[in-house]
Amino acid sequence: MIELLQGLLLLAGSLFMFVAALGIVRLPDLLTRMHASTKGASLGVMLLMAGVALHFLEEVVFARTIAITFFVLMTAPVAAHAIGRAGYFVGIELWKGTSKDELRPNYNPLSHRLHSGLKKTARGAETDAPNDGGSESGKGGSDTRA
Amino acid sequence: MQILTHLSFAILSVSMVLCFVRMVIGPSLPDRVVALELLSMIIVGIIGIHALQSDETSFLDVAIVVALMSFLATIGFARFLERGGRRDD
Repeated sequence: MIELLQGLLLLAGSLFMFVAALGIVRLPDLLTRMHASTKGASLGVMLLMAGVALHFLEEVVFARTIAITFFVLMTAPVAAHAIGRAGYFVGIELWKGTSKDELRPNYNPLSHRLHSGLKKTARGAETDAPNDGGSESGKGGSDTRA
Repeated sequence: MQILTHLSFAILSVSMVLCFVRMVIGPSLPDRVVALELLSMIIVGIIGIHALQSDETSFLDVAIVVALMSFLATIGFARFLERGGRRDD
């Protein structure tokens, strides 16, 4: 009985990993690829480690597998956030079917500045001119887009 | 049980091949970094199944170290991309 459960966990974990790898090949741009790979791979590692823990049934192995699972669950979103942010700032092209990019109108790629729409409506047109350009753009541009 | 273990190995190996495909054809550097991260996740899974198959619990420590290294590598690549530097996609 426990062997059957363990085999099912192993199979499900590797199938989720396979779905993640398939998504990373088939999907059209960086952000959709990350959406496939991060979630699929972390769920796959979780299921595989649950299968390993069921096979050994020792406290030491439980501690290690829980450590691996916890570590993967902690680090995968952080890593995905970091690489997605870096990819957007580097200027990858999004999929042509992307319907919403809320960062595009509020982000100035030359000065690497983000200004919120809320602030603009509250304080009116006076904040427009100093915010995006002038002396700031040259320095910021050479700093971040080298 | 043996059959299921071998089947999992086979599926994970096919996934590794797909990751390599993306690493080769990936149009930009962030795509390759994402493929590299997924590849190390798959390696963690393979190490887990190998520990199960060989009844050797100390392989799980290797899996922890591989997961740690992959996180550090991804963060390093992200910092490198964001701070700028010569890129040759």
